Amino acid sequence: MIEVSGLCIRAGAFALDDVAFSIPGGAYGVLMGKSGGGKTTILEALCGLRSIERGSICLAGRDVTSLAPAQRFVGYVPQDLALFAHLSVRENLAFALMVRGKPFDAHVEELADWLGITGLLGRMPDGLSGGEAQRVALGRALAFRPSVLLLDEPLSALDEETRTEMHGVLRSIQKKTGVTTLHVTHHRDDARALADVVFELRDGRVARQS
Amino acid sequence: MKTHRGERLFYIALAVIGGTYALLVVLMIAANVAYTTPAHLETALRSPEIQASLKLTLWSCLLAAAFSLIVAVPLGYLLARTNFRGKGLLEAVMDIPVVLPPLVVGLSLLIIFNHFRIGGVSLEQWLNAHGIQFTFAVAGVVVAQFSVAAAFAVRTMRGTFEQMPARVEEVALTLGCTRWQAFKLVTLPLARRGMLAAFTVAWARSLGEFGPLLIFAGTTRGRTEVLSSSVFLELSVGRLEGAVAVSLLMIVIAVGVLLMVRMWGGDRA
Repeated sequence: MIEVSGLCIRAGAFALDDVAFSIPGGAYGVLMGKSGGGKTTILEALCGLRSIERGSICLAGRDVTSLAPAQRFVGYVPQDLALFAHLSVRENLAFALMVRGKPFDAHVEELADWLGITGLLGRMPDGLSGGEAQRVALGRALAFRPSVLLLDEPLSALDEETRTEMHGVLRSIQKKTGVTTLHVTHHRDDARALADVVFELRDGRVARQS
Repeated sequence: MKTHRGERLFYIALAVIGGTYALLVVLMIAANVAYTTPAHLETALRSPEIQASLKLTLWSCLLAAAFSLIVAVPLGYLLARTNFRGKGLLEAVMDIPVVLPPLVVGLSLLIIFNHFRIGGVSLEQWLNAHGIQFTFAVAGVVVAQFSVAAAFAVRTMRGTFEQMPARVEEVALTLGCTRWQAFKLVTLPLARRGMLAAFTVAWARSLGEFGPLLIFAGTTRGRTEVLSSSVFLELSVGRLEGAVAVSLLMIVIAVGVLLMVRMWGGDRA
């Protein structure tokens, strides 16, 4: 599960005060809100990439508030995907396992099969289509079997058809892995298609909608 | 039609104004080529002094460029990615070798090594006691080249890291990397073209360096003589044809290395 309470983040004039929400283990949470409202900031705080002033973050029953990003076991897909351009798709998928010194060949093949990107394993990220790159970024984040998956506007750059296709991919991946997911978006369609729980970020506060 | 013509005139005007500089560069090379003859070149290349100078030039530039890259990567990264107290001062310090007259750089090195004393011993004396000589020695050639070239390499590396999104490193951190691992496995490989560019800039800068060498390493024939000092030495004894032949040799080496680097860099893109 993801449990955030009393989270306070300040960056210059921008501030989030007393942000609190909870997503049950294995559920798909969607956080809605206007662009520039602080949705990405919350995800960065959950990943450990942004320091917080107050509050606590519990992921899968562990208090990770003061842990380094590497120790949080969070799969993170940023909005710009940030694929490693110098590594092949296979190496991108294997990266987290390779860093941890774990065997990766069989798992990478399995993951690629789930995501429908087996044919892309030998390719470099340059030249992948938006949907393909999205699947690779998703696979890279899931490869080390994280307990929590954080998605920052993952479908915003995709056309309508690919978007609907990706809804199916996200649903099936979540079903297979049971990973607790927080998906940040400003598209109501994403929430309707995917969410078990929906939150809205408004004026620096998070409120549950369903 | 009218807009079309106006546009064409706009580009022609830009080409004419900018082209004057390109023409000057071409004329400089052409002047060297026109002045020298194959016989002059052969004489220069057969001269043991020029051969020694060529050898020292190649490896001193290589070392100076390598040392420049070693300091440019961490400095460029810090300047591009972090904010800290005194950053403005560090940036100003990094610009000093770029704007300082070359002779002043040499003079400053001479003073650092020979006039700063700790416990009554200068740095040069202390190094000499350990069997190393910098002032008026081959090691001094590398130090003089490095002291200016590194500033150019730092600028290049800073630009490289500024253009690289920090997000890729952040993702690497979430995937289990320590800062060191993220730097080694993601940042450095992604910066390799910038590193190649920084190395090339430092190498080219070292090749053309003369002022600091003259003051700090001297231009002793066959000892601390590099190609830039060969041009000076040939001129000082009135052998203009020798100076021009060595200049041409420098142009050929510089263009050759730049082309090689560009091809190598392009292949890996």
